[in-house]
Amino acid sequence: MMAEWRPSCSLAALKKRAALLAEIRRFFAARGVLEVETPLLCQAGVTDPNLRSFTTLLHRPGAAEGERLYLQTSPEFAMKRLLAAGSGSIYQICKAFRNEESGRYHNPEFTLLEWYRVGFDLVQLIDEIDELLREICAEDLRLEASERRSYRELFCEHIGADPLSASFKKLAECSKLQGLPEAEALCGDDRPLWLDLLFSHLVQPRLGRGRITFVYDFPACLPSLARKKPDDPLVVERVEIFLEGLELGNGFHELADAVDQEERFDRDLAVRRASGLPVPPKDQRFLAALGSGLPDCSGIALGLDRLLMILMRAEAIDDVLAFPTARA
Amino acid sequence: MATFSTNEFKGGLKVMVDGDPCSIIENEFVKPGKGQAFNRVKLRNLKTGRVIERTFKSGETLEGADVIDTEMQYLYNDGEQWHFMVPESFEQYAADADVVGDAKKWLKEQDVCTVTLYNGAPISVTPPNFVELTIVETDPGVRGDTSGGGGKPATLDTGAVVRVPLFVQTGEVIKVDTRTGEYVSRVK
Repeated sequence: MMAEWRPSCSLAALKKRAALLAEIRRFFAARGVLEVETPLLCQAGVTDPNLRSFTTLLHRPGAAEGERLYLQTSPEFAMKRLLAAGSGSIYQICKAFRNEESGRYHNPEFTLLEWYRVGFDLVQLIDEIDELLREICAEDLRLEASERRSYRELFCEHIGADPLSASFKKLAECSKLQGLPEAEALCGDDRPLWLDLLFSHLVQPRLGRGRITFVYDFPACLPSLARKKPDDPLVVERVEIFLEGLELGNGFHELADAVDQEERFDRDLAVRRASGLPVPPKDQRFLAALGSGLPDCSGIALGLDRLLMILMRAEAIDDVLAFPTARA
Repeated sequence: MATFSTNEFKGGLKVMVDGDPCSIIENEFVKPGKGQAFNRVKLRNLKTGRVIERTFKSGETLEGADVIDTEMQYLYNDGEQWHFMVPESFEQYAADADVVGDAKKWLKEQDVCTVTLYNGAPISVTPPNFVELTIVETDPGVRGDTSGGGGKPATLDTGAVVRVPLFVQTGEVIKVDTRTGEYVSRVK
């Protein structure tokens, strides 16, 4: 059999990607946001127990032993070091790598647009994301006015239970009613797991139909790198963006507290140790940058391959990639 | 039996779910950007034929099911059981009515069908997609009608009843699609 050498996407998809990248660069140039590049190969790996880094070995000339390096899962830490060093608002279009992620909407190597706005709160950032996405989609999709909904409101509406306070018994009952009887055995008394399962299976597919849906005020048990909301300890200042049932990105009013950040790292690493997952070193340079002072900022990462899927009405991520990993 | 992890799940893989052998139809990877990875799997229960959906945490494993599809020739029905034979080995298998299920109305002696074996015993029988059967009874049609519009019921030699065009008569052999139960054509 002849090796499959041709791209898996159409020429139209290649052109659409080029146009998308040009449009993004125009958008940020007009706003005075600086384009930056940071390393794909990093000294520290991701701590989030739900992400898996690719690793490789660096051999310095003549060195017998290799040093472990990690391919980034996102440029977040490096970009925050630039912010702490006084870069002002910045953006980056880069590859990110996540091991053990592969499927209709996932390729282990994918393209991210990540940007940070100094002095923006989450509402201002959402306004800007909305503007950018509406400009990008204008040609291909007719979008109604975007909607902004709190996580709790959406969860109550679609699941019939309060994500923050519902008992596990109540969540199990709701899952059964909605055709997910296996949820109880799967999730037990792990609330973040319950929320991930129910939101991804029963809420997300209904979001962003014909309009962009911004979901804000995430439960405090799903904090990632978001700040706690000052007036409400139950939620964090995090936003997720959905269009046509697909998750496009995650944004935060960025956590700037080095102590809190290190505690989150330590909690993550404890989970990793307990589950037998690799335990990477904490990113000390990133922690030192936070310690010296991260300007007040909000930031967001958008998956550009999925955005292209929506623009091209593609069924699978492979339809918008020249060479998905299977034929890379 | 081997175990399979969610990353090995693919269409056609036979696994045990809740004690029943199932065939995987579809496996979709579901993962929030910041959250637990799942696999949403569509499966067919090979005993009941029912299609179910089930979510697993990525990395979970299922035991493989000792299931094989074998081409066999249908031999005869002894009144209680249906008997099949593997043409190459002459090995014979007997299946009860609940195993043969709806396939029984399409089975004609000598025809080759697919018998699914679970732990060495038949659990389902799939008839060929097309079978040729003889009409044993149908109302005489209106002479000259060739359109086939409307049609009439016809009983076939296996006992199945299908709708046929008015011009088709008792004693003729017709081709039927067993997946839809519909008449396809006359066989000359």
